[in-house]
Amino acid sequence: MGIRKVGDTQIEPLDSNRRRPPVSLTAVDSQSSRPFQLTRVGRRFGTVEVLQDISVAIEPGEFVAVVGPSGCGKTTLLNLLSGYEQPSAGVVERRGQVCMVYQVDGLYPWMTVAENISLGVRHLASADERRLHIDDMIRLIELQGFENHYPHQLSGGMRQRVELARALAGNSDILLMDEPFSSLDYLTRLRMRQELAHLLHERPRTVVLVTHDIEEAAQLADRVIVLTGRPAQIRRELRIQTARPRALTHAEVVSATRIILTELGIEDGAGAIEGA
Amino acid sequence: MRVTGAIGAGLREMTDKPKTIKSVVFPLAVLGALVGIWTLVWAAGVFHVSALPSPLSVLRAFELEIRTGRLCNDLIISLFRVSCGFSLAVALGIPMGVWLGQKLTPRLALLPIVNFFRNLSSLAWIPFAILWFGVGDASTIFLIFLAAFFPVVLATMAAVSSIPTVYSRVAHDYGLSGVEKLIHVTLPAIMPQVITALRVTAGLSWLVVVAAEMVAGRDGLGFAVMDARNGLRIDLLLVEMITIGLIGVAIDSVLARLTNIPSVRWGYER
Repeated sequence: MGIRKVGDTQIEPLDSNRRRPPVSLTAVDSQSSRPFQLTRVGRRFGTVEVLQDISVAIEPGEFVAVVGPSGCGKTTLLNLLSGYEQPSAGVVERRGQVCMVYQVDGLYPWMTVAENISLGVRHLASADERRLHIDDMIRLIELQGFENHYPHQLSGGMRQRVELARALAGNSDILLMDEPFSSLDYLTRLRMRQELAHLLHERPRTVVLVTHDIEEAAQLADRVIVLTGRPAQIRRELRIQTARPRALTHAEVVSATRIILTELGIEDGAGAIEGA
Repeated sequence: MRVTGAIGAGLREMTDKPKTIKSVVFPLAVLGALVGIWTLVWAAGVFHVSALPSPLSVLRAFELEIRTGRLCNDLIISLFRVSCGFSLAVALGIPMGVWLGQKLTPRLALLPIVNFFRNLSSLAWIPFAILWFGVGDASTIFLIFLAAFFPVVLATMAAVSSIPTVYSRVAHDYGLSGVEKLIHVTLPAIMPQVITALRVTAGLSWLVVVAAEMVAGRDGLGFAVMDARNGLRIDLLLVEMITIGLIGVAIDSVLARLTNIPSVRWGYER
């Protein structure tokens, strides 16, 4: 990944041929240290307009969830944030190093748990230090004893924990997550939310989570951005004041869930469910 | 949810014990039955004595062939040729497959021609092989190479082009360089499919060496088959045939062990 200087006004294409530099972001005043500043961003594929006029600023350490109808361009938005795709209109400003957790299995099946996590600490020069970090992460995700297991020997929840550990092991500042828990069963998903909250408490990051799970957004995020159908625009931004971590049944989480459902046209606001 | 490794291994061990016994006893029983039928057919005189040897005479011929060292000699010669031709095919075929799998333009340009040669039996090359390389090692190695190279290229290419894109993106996210990506991502990702292709093409090479030596050889197991036929030594013919079959099985079981390497197991457990 390329070195991104504070004060960049244009996004820089990610440089695939270089290791991540070992220096982390230096703290500066809050205005210019915003991890993301999107100004009137649009993205079209041929004649299909996917995103339209998206302007949003994300603060350091903030947890932002993006929800919207399926196929509305949530993943495209994430790809613009990571630099994997370029906007057709507007400007994406990014400061800090980005790490992404993917929807489908992003762990390398030919690497053990420890080897997969070691990808996250490649920037550390000393082997001892890397070993220390890996052990640390394995302890955090409570997978001691599974260091030398391969992903196919683990359950879906365990695999997703390893993936989180890999993403959080490094010195990235920003964590982008593309429906990371969507393949898990409901109870495992609830447990993974707690796990994520706990990991972020230990390793704070700016997070942008794309999800179709409205409860997940309401329970985890400081701010929920609700997108419209294609071409996606920001329909509503919802701040959730209660400090993280919060319970799923917390009053503000419940009311936020209701508001989001109403915005998406799934609930009519009075509490009656019209359709799934 | 899948069972974890430790539990899975335990379960496998429990169910494996009787299976191992069965996998030895049952094939031996079938073998015994076959030899029994052979003996009966021979004793009943269904075929003329010159058309079907007795099991005992084949056993005696085996003993003689081993004692004189001829069998061993032919075996080493054939194995040497297969090793050379097959290794050459793998050493050139895998890099070419990786290259074609990654680059669209050369793939479009070369795929039809690779497919053409893949479907052209390498035995059809025998006359040219003899004209170009004479009778002996070089021409048989050339024929084995032709038989193995194109399937290896195609299988490797298919494996590379089916690598999930998420693996590339992860490599990019963690800053792997081009060479690092090749070594730590592309090659391990195609290993399970490549190993399967190697097993198939090694079998193919073993088939081809026998045929090639029958025509373009002065020694080797294939030549020994032809020699036995010319001398009307049907007992020797069967000795060569049994040896060829057994070695083919042995080659595959050696290559099958590659699938037990921990870092490729994932490719076979879905």
